[in-house]
Formats: sequence, C-alpha cells, structure tokens
Amino acid sequence: MTARIGVVTFPGSLDDVDAERAVRLAGGTPVPLWHAERDLRGVDAVILPGGFSYGDYLRCGAIAAFSPVMAELRPAAHAGLPVLGICNGFQILCEAHLLPGALTRNERLRFINSEVTIRIESAGTAWTSHFAAGEEVTVVLKSGEGAYVADEATIKDLRSSGRIVARYSGSNPNGSLGAIAAVASQAGNVVGLMPHPEHAVDELTGAGTGGRGFFESIVASVLA
Amino acid sequence: MSELTTAPAADTVTDAAATPDRDQPYAALGLTSAEYASIAAQLGRRPTESELAIYSVMWSEHCSYKSSRAYLRQFGAKAPPSAALLAGIGQNAGVVDIGQGYAVTFKIESHNHPSYVEPFQGAATGVGGIVRDILAMGARPVAILDSLRFGPADAPDTKRVLPGVVAGISFYGNCLGLPNIGGELAFDPCYAGNPLVNALCVGVMRREDLKAAKASGPGNKVVLFGSPTGPDGIGGASVLASASFGTGAAGEDRAKRPNVQVGDPFMEKLLIECCLELFAAGLVVGIQDLGAAGVSCATAELAAGGQVGMRVRLDAVPLRDPALGPAEILMSESQERMMAIVEPGDIGRFLEICARWDVPATVIGEVTDGGRLEMTWHGEQVVDIAPGSAADDGPVYQRPAVRPADQDELAASDPAVLPRPASGAELRATLLSLLGSPGLADKTWVTEQYDRHVRGDTVLAMPQDAGAIRVDERTHLGVALATDGNGRYSRLDPYAGAQLALAEAYRNVAAAGAVPLAVTNCLNFGSPEDPAVMWQFAEAVRGLADACATLGVPVTGGNVSFYNQTGAVPIHPTPVVGVLGVHQDVRHRLTIGFDGDGDTILLLGRTAAEFGGSAWAHVRHGHLGGRPPAVDLAAERALAAVLTAAAEAGLLSAAHDLSDGGLAIALAECCLAGGRGCQVTLPGDAFTLLFSESAARAVVALRPGADAAVTALRSSHGVPAAILGRTGGTALDVAGTFTIPLPELAGVHRATLPALFG
Repeated sequence: MTARIGVVTFPGSLDDVDAERAVRLAGGTPVPLWHAERDLRGVDAVILPGGFSYGDYLRCGAIAAFSPVMAELRPAAHAGLPVLGICNGFQILCEAHLLPGALTRNERLRFINSEVTIRIESAGTAWTSHFAAGEEVTVVLKSGEGAYVADEATIKDLRSSGRIVARYSGSNPNGSLGAIAAVASQAGNVVGLMPHPEHAVDELTGAGTGGRGFFESIVASVLA
Repeated sequence: MSELTTAPAADTVTDAAATPDRDQPYAALGLTSAEYASIAAQLGRRPTESELAIYSVMWSEHCSYKSSRAYLRQFGAKAPPSAALLAGIGQNAGVVDIGQGYAVTFKIESHNHPSYVEPFQGAATGVGGIVRDILAMGARPVAILDSLRFGPADAPDTKRVLPGVVAGISFYGNCLGLPNIGGELAFDPCYAGNPLVNALCVGVMRREDLKAAKASGPGNKVVLFGSPTGPDGIGGASVLASASFGTGAAGEDRAKRPNVQVGDPFMEKLLIECCLELFAAGLVVGIQDLGAAGVSCATAELAAGGQVGMRVRLDAVPLRDPALGPAEILMSESQERMMAIVEPGDIGRFLEICARWDVPATVIGEVTDGGRLEMTWHGEQVVDIAPGSAADDGPVYQRPAVRPADQDELAASDPAVLPRPASGAELRATLLSLLGSPGLADKTWVTEQYDRHVRGDTVLAMPQDAGAIRVDERTHLGVALATDGNGRYSRLDPYAGAQLALAEAYRNVAAAGAVPLAVTNCLNFGSPEDPAVMWQFAEAVRGLADACATLGVPVTGGNVSFYNQTGAVPIHPTPVVGVLGVHQDVRHRLTIGFDGDGDTILLLGRTAAEFGGSAWAHVRHGHLGGRPPAVDLAAERALAAVLTAAAEAGLLSAAHDLSDGGLAIALAECCLAGGRGCQVTLPGDAFTLLFSESAARAVVALRPGADAAVTALRSSHGVPAAILGRTGGTALDVAGTFTIPLPELAGVHRATLPALFG
C-alpha cells in the first residue's frame, strides 16, 4: 500500500518535477496528471504545483481554473479529496472558488525569491498533521503575486474557524493580509500555500528539509 | 524600409532579371556598395527584394562575424586537445562530454543594444534567444546566468535601464522555469550609453541525443513551429546590433524601438517541452532555432549545413500581421520559433505532439537535391540563391588595427602615486567604502528577483563563487559555471585583461570545488571600424586563445558584440568569459561562508602590490591607469588543482576566490555569507595585503584536523600560503588594525542597491 499523490501539469507549470520529487522523498508515489484530461487516475490526493499556468495570462490561475482536469477535481475536492495548491496552485484554487480570497501583486511590486519562515497555525489538515501548531518552518517564497487578500468578513471567518493554516513569521514579505501564507477550505481538505515546501526537502539543493512535513503529512493521512 | 512595405507586389526573380537598374535600399539595410555589388555578381543579376533582405541580415556583422572571423580562428587553431569536446565553434552552442553518458551544452550571448533601447524586452528576449540555442542542440536547458554592466549606479539613465533589464530577465527566466544561478553586476561610466547584457544558458542531454543544425534527405519536410511571425525585430541584427548609437540624439535611438523583439516566455516553455518530446520520439532529422535573421538564417544555415537545397513557400508562414510581405517575413525576428526537418512519414506524429503542447506548427517547404535555396510567394519565385553564399561565404574583413595612441600614457599613469590609507581607521574606512560601492555591494536586490530553486537541482547560486547544478540525482554528478570579466583590466591591457577574465572564471569554478573543463565567451567591444578598437579586439582574442591553450580548457563557442559605443567613444574592451566545470560528486561543493568556529584561515597564492585597474583605485580615486595584475597561468592551474583536490577530500569548510577588492572584500563576504566573524593577522603591509588584486589567490578555511593534509597538497603543487587566523566571533577583526562588527559590515554591504533602486 502506497499513497498515490497526483501532480497536475498545466501548460506553464514549472515546479511539477519538484513536487513529484518531494512526494517520492516522503515515501509516496507521485502520479502525473495532465491538464487536458478529465481523469484523476484514482489518486489519493492532488497537488497543483507552482509555475505560470497559461503564462499567467488574463490573471494568475484564471485560465487553469477552467481546464478539463479542474472540472474533474472540483467535485472530488467537494467530496473530500485532499488538495494542496502551491503558489500558482493556490492562485488556481482561489480562481476555482475552492478557496476564499485572492492573491495580488506583492506590496513592493517585484518578484521575490527568498527563504521565509512560516508558523504553522493549524496542524489539523491532512497536509499539516505532522507539524505541531506553532511550529516554525523554513520554506521558499518565490512569486510576484503572492499577497493574500480577502474581505474583512472572510478573514474573520477564516480566523474563527481555524482555517488560517500558516502565517509568515517575522517580517511580512509581500504584504499579505494578516501575514497569511496558507489557508484551508471549510472542510479542511483543500489547502492553498503561497511559499514552496517542495524547495525545502533536500539539504543539498534546498532551504533545508523543513518542507518535507507537508508531504509526510499527506502520505501518512492517506495511509491512516 | 518603406520601400519594402509599400511595394505593390512581390519583386520576383523574373522582375529582377528584367529590371537590372532598379534602385535598391541596400545602404538603409546596412550593406556597403561593395557588398551589394558582390551579391549582384554572385547572382548574375540584381537581388530581388527578398534576396536582398536575406543577404542584408546574413551578412550583417551580428550574423556573419565579418570583422572578427579572421581572429576567432585562433580559438580552434590554438585549442588544447580535449577528448571532452563533442561539438565546438560554429554550432548553435558548444557541447562537452562530462562522463556517465551525459553531455552538457552551454553558451553566452549578448543582447546589449536591444537592452538599451527597451531594457525589459531587450533583456527578456536575450534570455529567450540563448535558451533556444541550447534547446536546438538537443538538450534540456537547466540553468541561466547573466552578466550585466551599466553606467554609473547613480546616473538617471541607469535607474531606467537596470531595473528594466533585471525585471526582463526575471520575467522571462522565471516564467520559463529555469533557475538563475549566477553572473555579474558591474558599473562604469563607459557603459552609460551601452549597457552590457550577456546571458548564459546551460543544458544537459544524453550523449547520443546531440542534434545537428543540418537539413538532409531530399523530400523531407521543413516545419516552422512556435509563435506566428510578426513585424517585431525587423532589422534587429542588421540595423540595431551592427551599428553604433548616435550621440545624444534620443529620438534617433528611440526610432529603433520597433527593432526590438517582444518575448512570450510561456510559448518558449511550451516549445522546450514540445521539442524534448519530439526529440525523444525520434521525429527530428535536423533542427535550428530562429534567432537573429529569423527565417533567412534558419533556412540558409540548415540547407548549407546539410549541403542540400530547400524549397520554401513564404506565404505558408503563419503571420500575426497579414500585411507582411516576403522580405519582411524573411527579416522578422519574432521570438519563440523553431524550424525542424522531418521525414514525410513522421509529419503526422510531429504535428500531434505540437498540438498536445498547443504549439502551432506548419509545413512550409521541402528539402531538395538541387543545391539551391528557393522561395516562392503565392506561386511566384522570389528567392533563388546558393544557401552557402548567405550562410558561410559572407564577406570577411581584415580591418585595420592600430594600438591606441593613449595606451602608453594610460600605462604610465601609475596608481603608486595615489594617496593610500595607512592608519587602522583609514584602512577600516577604505574597506567599508569599497564594500558599499555599487559594484561590490550585496546583489540581493537583483538576485531575489530571480527564481534560483526551480527544478530542484540548484546546489550553488548567488552569492557563491560559481553556480552549480546537480545533473544526476543518483550519482551526484554535477556541473559548475562562472562568468567573469573586468573592463578596467582589459582597457589597460586587452591581452592580459582577457586572460585575467578567463583566470578568474576558472578560479571561481575551482573555488566551488569543480574541475574546469571548457570555455564560452562573449566579446563586447566598440566599433570594428575604429582601428584602436580593432587592436583591442585582436589582442583580447589572442590573449584568450593563448590562455585557454595553457590552462587546457578549449573555447567551445561564444558571441561577438561590436558597435558598443556612443558616438566616437567605445566602451572598455570587455571580454566576458564563462567557464564550465565538473563535480564528480556535487555534495563535495565548496561554499564561501565561514561556517565553523576556530577553523584555520589560509591565504593561498602570492600577493604583490598590484593596484592598476583595481577596485580601490576606481572607487576611492576614480583612477584608471598602470598595469593590470600579472597573469600567472601556471599558478592558476596549481591553485585550482589544490582547491579541487581539497574539496574532493573534504578538507575545507569554506573557499573564496580573491578578485575585485582583494582580500578585504573576500574576508568580508566570507563572514557575511556564513554569519560568522574571524580574527586575522596580516603577515606584511596591511594595505597591500588587504586591497591588492594579485591573481591566482584564494582564501580558505580548513576543517579541524585538515592542516597537515592541506599542507601536503599545497607543497605537491607548489602553492604558497600564509596562515591568516581563525574563524569565529561576531566581527571581522584584523589584529592591531581594525575591528568591524558583523552588523555594521552587513549594513554597509546591503544598503547600497536598495537605496539606489528602491
């Protein structure tokens, strides 16, 4: 028995190979999924990786949200399939209305690639169960439109329902409201995370190994 | 070019024969009357408009290397024997064998002129162009580096050009999914009207997957795929890259803006994945990217490369602007296009893969056995030439080269006369002012705009001495790359300057623990029509070829950029050299940061009082004169041997090459990168030891217990060393001279670029 984790490749996806490697390092089996196919290949969970799907034309994630694979993913997510959107994947989940809010231009209007520390606010999701609430993790932020925004009521609701999954610790790198780095859906199975845990799974090539917990969490919860 | 756009119908071969005396705008297209006469003589008639378009771009300086070719032959003639070289000069990019069945291809190229006219798109498409060169060799592009030079950091125009260039590289490279792992950033007034934007790309493939830019097999199809063709970049190679900018006439240079191409990195990403799938399926007989000179270059080079003919229907080329005529289609430099030769039976599968990646693809012609490049426009013949006449047999000039009149005067202006800091306080202030000068300041403002993590194989990136990429996840085979150049040294002595650029890149790669293997170069110079510039060029090429022979690393390819001058004033001659090295086990890479307490710090190499062209003379005195540091290639080789052997054996906890700003800057960077101080004692004149830029030196920190092994290694290679002190503490402490707490050091280093550029 192995955890089969789907990784979707859209035209312009870039970190799909990284996400697949991270799944492998966590003991799972990555399953490549193709944007144009309405087929999730029976996977146990899905990752929407980072990149510039459809060149970020129109709006980041806007076109990908209407792709055939998303037509299949949307009902599966509503039915409880664990989904993690990283960076562009987070943007796609917002555009697909699987998560509230939106990601807008960084406060300083420039792309940022930087190691950041995030604080896990909720260890209650399938993607964060291997962390302790309050734990700090170093991952990699790399985005031009990473500032999380939502209306006041939504932020209040996120906070009161424990759906703020992670916040930037220390200085707020991109102007996200409430320094929010990750949020979850009402049911908690869909998580959007702006920084990249898949770039922190290997001492040699990444920002340490703090990001592995996200992938170990999902592998463990699938197998549980 | 209004003559071209307003022509009522295409100028056919028949028309050309019938109207031999018709006036043609060859001068506006950048051809001389002698070149025009030579074209007519070869054809036995005047060229058609379409043929004239082909020759004007193919015989441009940018594409034909007509002023440099006679000199560049030395790179081949003097090249050291290298079993690793699989493809060399004249290909889209050089290819070297790095073992375990892998081949690596890499090349550096300039996009200087477009980046001045339109910084964002100019720099973006510079990245796009070099990436397609690498892709055309059959490789997956895996990383980029960029070598940037601008006018004074506080000049108003630098505030326009630099942020635009950086944003353009960031936009294109990030969207393409290629990690940016290194490069350079330098400032000098000589680049104020001619910034240098040189981009390097490296790609990896299995040895047997190497592709050739050759058409073969009469009857095979010619497929154009990627973006549709538009009017952008028409004349980019001939009008823009092969002429100097005017003085001050902003309007004139602004009029060249339409000559700059516009990039679509999303399409390029699709092209990369599409091409790699086409290669893997074995559907490509020959392939060429469309860069400068677009369809003209791809068709002529593919046909000439395979010694075959080609028939092309120009009206089949998909257009973004339906008003384009055949001559404009031939000259367009629209980006993100490739041309492949495909067997007729494979066309269906080829087009299917293109469709899967949403890449438009169109059959526009066939390979023929006639030996002619023939093109039609709605059934009428508009081109009938020998492909080699455009691709290979362009003019070759032996331009006059004369040593500049001021060269002796420059050499006589000895920096020894400049006032030097003597007291501890003065030395401290000097270090801080160099560390905070724009050229030596922390580059995070630039590098944090680049994705260095994507693909998950980046082992080293800025601010390390070299970038390094893991090639094989199981065996840990890897490659390292560094680019270097120093226009001040080359201005003082272009022969030595080119050698010092090579030596520094070679040393940087070794300081990262990799064994240097091969070289690429980007030769940035003023106008070749100026005999003084031509002398600089001749000296630089001779110096580089000689040094490559001595160091045993062949030049595999590169690029020449002439006409980098404003009016009569050329830039400093600026050869930029890229060196590729191999890590047998990339886990043994070295980093610059002091990361242990109490490690012994050694200075490897000999230090003499060498201040000609130094950062100290430049930053503190605005002085350029005297001699550049002495070149000692035997010492470079020995130093590299010690560094790579020590890395392999795990003897070092840090290593950093010494270059601009000397030991003072190197120690500061080691402390800042590792977040740890050091205590050192200088064994001699403090000023000389801190700020001299003698070559063939590095600073290293030894792992505990490694002292004896390092001493043995040094003696066997004859590398002298001085014990400087130990790592640790929270300050850069130079015994009896000064102490600088790390927060102060970091503040000065990090404040400069954000203060200048926001």
